[in-house]
Amino acid sequence: MFDILQYSFIQNAFLAGSLVAVVAAIVGYFLVVRGLAFAGHALSHIGFAGAAGAVLLGVDPVFGLLVFTIGASIGIGLLGKELRERDIAIGVIMTFTLGLGLLFLSLYSGYAERAYSILFGTILGISQADVLVTTFFAVLMIGMLLALFRPLLFSSFDPEVAQARGVPVRLLGIVFLILVSITVSMSVQVVGVLLIFTLLVGPAATANRIVSSPLWAIVIAIILGLCYTWLSIILAANGTWPVSFYIAALSFGVYLPVRLLSSLWRKQPRLTQLRDTPQKDSSLSPGETVTGERKAGVEVVGRVRGLTR
Amino acid sequence: MLIQQEFVQNAFLAGTIVAIVAAVVGYFVILRAQAFAAHALSHIGFAGATGAVLLGLSSLLGMFAFVLFAALGMGALGERVRGRDVEIGMVLSFALGLGVLFLSLYTRYATEAVGVLFGSILSVTHNDVLVMLACGIATLLLIALLFRPLLFASIDPEVAQARGVPVRVLSIAFLLLLAITVAEAVQVVGVLLVFALLVVPAAVAERWTHRPFSTVILAMVLGLLFTWGGLILAFVGRWPVSFCIAALAALSYFVSVRTARLVSPRRYRALPHPSRECVSAPAPVKSR
Repeated sequence: MFDILQYSFIQNAFLAGSLVAVVAAIVGYFLVVRGLAFAGHALSHIGFAGAAGAVLLGVDPVFGLLVFTIGASIGIGLLGKELRERDIAIGVIMTFTLGLGLLFLSLYSGYAERAYSILFGTILGISQADVLVTTFFAVLMIGMLLALFRPLLFSSFDPEVAQARGVPVRLLGIVFLILVSITVSMSVQVVGVLLIFTLLVGPAATANRIVSSPLWAIVIAIILGLCYTWLSIILAANGTWPVSFYIAALSFGVYLPVRLLSSLWRKQPRLTQLRDTPQKDSSLSPGETVTGERKAGVEVVGRVRGLTR
Repeated sequence: MLIQQEFVQNAFLAGTIVAIVAAVVGYFVILRAQAFAAHALSHIGFAGATGAVLLGLSSLLGMFAFVLFAALGMGALGERVRGRDVEIGMVLSFALGLGVLFLSLYTRYATEAVGVLFGSILSVTHNDVLVMLACGIATLLLIALLFRPLLFASIDPEVAQARGVPVRVLSIAFLLLLAITVAEAVQVVGVLLVFALLVVPAAVAERWTHRPFSTVILAMVLGLLFTWGGLILAFVGRWPVSFCIAALAALSYFVSVRTARLVSPRRYRALPHPSRECVSAPAPVKSR
């Protein structure tokens, strides 16, 4: 079973897969707590046009991906605050860029195979050079994330208080989206544009359900991400099914029971219950009632503050 | 003339049916803030379509089966509000993964995948058109019947519930209608571009007028313009049809964002966001 490790393409797959899994798990955690899962999904779709354009120009797809996703993330970051409008605007941009990607590919002969590999990933076709590029970005990303860890965490859980304390919340939001873009660009080779969600959000969402302390959640997310990637590569190399399917199936297969059973160990008040019995909270102005989201946020911030002190 | 070719006629017919139905359903998608749910349904349909191809069935059938099932599931889960994006996202990426598996088991996979993902309106058959017509008429009739209660429940679920409107049943019924519409729209623009016909016409129309009826009509007109314009552009410029439709839709959306304020500087204001991307039935009202 472990004979396959001798092949260099399997080694490359393991190296690149591990790096991507680690970075995606950390970034994914912030994505989940900031409620930006849809933006992450959209960014990966937007990347498709970049990758397709790069293929047309004969450049490495990673560069096309970087250009498009970073451009889009700055756009998304500058969009209005109203959530519903934002979702629609993101959706429209996403649709347009997907169409653009299709146009680029249709100009390129033999486009179906190429589109397929961008959409669903080709981890077993990663070259030595790709591993180097991935390593470079992974080191960069981990460095940036370590540098920004505390302000990012603070502004994720309570943007208002963070703003009041002088954290540049808006700037951080845009910087964070750029970090997401880089992660997405890295991950495309492993899982493809359409399945980035499985490595980005899957482990982090599962971990966030298991523990509530941010540090532990990130550690668990990294472990889960690595497990999914390694297991999938081993399973795919021994069978005939594609790697991205295994990653998606594992990610979903672990998330589902955790999600369903998490109420057993997580005592999080449900919104519907709170709406019936409004509670007062000392951190709010008198007369303001607590909604579930706000309340949970306040609880977590309490924990974060305890942690960072 | 190109219009005499059968596949062109089928394409125009299918495009017209889908544009009308999608615009009407899309209006409620906007009102109920279920854009992401629509997007997710289309992704789930991908697994159905590819599975059907694997079994040698029509991809429309597989699409219907998966999408309706998914809509029922979403409706059943309906009440939980928080963290909705993540759950929907997980399910849709799993469905995509499943689609990849089905495709890899099928030999001519890459071409088929691109067809499902980006639409293949030029290969719609006469049979497909008939199925779409039947589903389209059924959907429109149901929407016409449910129009008032659905509008009420979409705009103010709590008051509607208090007035005795069966909000929860309506939300599940709407999700089923949405599922059927998505399955049809996929034939025209593909899984990935459903947004262009389902959400954009209504989103643009909603910026220009606020009366429900005129919004629906305007959305229909826009949807038809996108589809016909996209088809004609595609024939003239030899570009993919879905790209042309998506480009027209995106262009008109961004123009409308800029111009809506010029038309009615005071009147335009975004509708309240009822609850994030969910099929929430509000908490039951306690009788005391």
